Amino acid sequence: MIQVRDLHKAFGAIRAVDGVSFAARDGEITGLLGPNGAGKTTTLRMLYTLMKPDAGVVLVDGIDAAMDPLAVRRRLGVLPDARGLYKRLTARENIDYFARLHALNAATRTARIEALAGALDMADILDRPAEGFSQGQRVKTAIARALVHDPRNVILDEPINGLDVMATRSMRTFMRHLKDEGRCVLFSSHIMQEVGALCDRIVVIARGRVVADDSPAALRAQTGTANLEDAFVKIIGSEEGLVA
Amino acid sequence: MMPAALVVFWKEVRENLRDRRTVLNTLVTGPLLTPLLFVLIVNAAITRELDKAEKPLPVPIAGAANAPNLVAELKQHNVEVKDAPDDPVEAVRAGDADLVLRIPADFDAAWRDGKPAQVELVYDQSQRDAQASVARLQGLLEQYSQRTGALRLLARGISPEIIRPLVIANRDQSTAQTRSGVLFGMLPYFFILSVFVGGAALAIDTTAGERERQSLEPLLANPVPRTHILLGKLGATSAFATTTLTLSIIAFSIAGHFLPVEKLGTSLRLDLHFALSTLLAMLPLVFLLASLQTLAAAFAKSFREAQTYLSLLMLVPVLPTLLLSLFPPKAQTWMYAVPLMSQQIAVTRLLRGDAVTLMPFALCVACTAFAALCAFVLTAQVYRRERLAISG
Repeated sequence: MIQVRDLHKAFGAIRAVDGVSFAARDGEITGLLGPNGAGKTTTLRMLYTLMKPDAGVVLVDGIDAAMDPLAVRRRLGVLPDARGLYKRLTARENIDYFARLHALNAATRTARIEALAGALDMADILDRPAEGFSQGQRVKTAIARALVHDPRNVILDEPINGLDVMATRSMRTFMRHLKDEGRCVLFSSHIMQEVGALCDRIVVIARGRVVADDSPAALRAQTGTANLEDAFVKIIGSEEGLVA
Repeated sequence: MMPAALVVFWKEVRENLRDRRTVLNTLVTGPLLTPLLFVLIVNAAITRELDKAEKPLPVPIAGAANAPNLVAELKQHNVEVKDAPDDPVEAVRAGDADLVLRIPADFDAAWRDGKPAQVELVYDQSQRDAQASVARLQGLLEQYSQRTGALRLLARGISPEIIRPLVIANRDQSTAQTRSGVLFGMLPYFFILSVFVGGAALAIDTTAGERERQSLEPLLANPVPRTHILLGKLGATSAFATTTLTLSIIAFSIAGHFLPVEKLGTSLRLDLHFALSTLLAMLPLVFLLASLQTLAAAFAKSFREAQTYLSLLMLVPVLPTLLLSLFPPKAQTWMYAVPLMSQQIAVTRLLRGDAVTLMPFALCVACTAFAALCAFVLTAQVYRRERLAISG
């Protein structure tokens, strides 16, 4: 469960995040939708305590991120916008590094890596050096490494970005799998179809503010449009930055 | 369970050991190149000095026929008489000749009359190569002049001692070791340089490199305080630098034995005591430099920018080292409190076989360690900044 209340963040004169509030519940997939530069990544960075908000509160499972950032990070699995791997290490070593930083014992590490490799269908690349991985293989490894500590809450910043059709399909399946396990899944995207196909709840962000927060069906009803893309354009009031 | 800093340390060590270029630089090129280069330079210098003193001295003499006795005397002292160029001044200016001795036509007349007979020595003071030859020829001429003067006095029944009211007895207090100390004043700089070279690759890779590869942000999303991550990275950087330094000291201790220093009447003390004391004096400096390198790399936006900063940083220890080796000061206690300077002085003294007493040595280690701590705290501050992790 992730709760965000009245989050603010400015870089100089630019107010990147200007009063964002929403909640992402357990057993649901919440989509953070918005055009490029709307403040999605900055919002997520404040959630996983990489940045400090100028004002506002972030609660993860009821823990205040400002009070105990380490406890919050322990409860989060994060796939950031930057998702570089260590190319001279194998996929397994990349994942194992983060598992050790989470202070998991040897038996747990092995078990979790095998389980994630199965779920992400990456057993064949597990012991290959990350040098020369395809985009899809890189994202799989980055996700496995983010989830190695079995977190209740999962934050994915643009997980579909740069993936081909097959990789996108398996990513969707994997996210539904996370939801079925009862986790709280929060992901950002600027691509309509993804959000519409996956989300139980959509939070639309434009110019640093939440402009809509509802289920896909409710959003369509609210704007009186049959398809989500039209609803989106209507909500943010322009077609700027919109990529279908 | 392994502490997080140790997890980071081992990962950095393992990852960088797989990079052939880093391994080659840190473990082979860095430690071996500098001592070898140093040995070559010193060896060439020594050989040149020795050559000058023992070899026949070729001297072009203009008007040799004007003073046959003088020329015969010079020949006895291993001077090789050459034909003089047509224009001695021009030849020396152009660098065609190191020096030319010119004996004027009226030399013989003045000599017979017992008047001061003039010879001209044409040379160029700014030609370093010629200096030893000029000094040698001047000495020979001086000797000849004095001996002839003494004979003339004796012929008149006067003791030559009358014109020697003062006798200088040289009592050189330098020992074989102290003379080699002057020669080896640059050595500490080579060790400091090897620390730089050994740590540079990791300092860049673990900070600017990690950011450029976009792996710093996911790393910092782990439930580990940034200070612990920094500590692990500094540890790995220091470990590589220490390895380079240790190998460098060992390589130098071995290579030093191939130097013909005994020909200069000096000797080096390259034993285990020297190696261990040098290593101990340099260890806190390793951590200080690793922190400074990481600090510089943390400010850089890219790998390339970090390399530029680090090359500039490498110039910092050059200045005090150059000054100290050109103008060796009298070692005073406060100097042992200044990082870089204290290592320079301590290592030079160790090389000369002088004892560095416990107090200055402890001061050297403690003050550098304190500076290292300050550098670490400063770097940790930069590491805590929000902007550090943001790649784009």
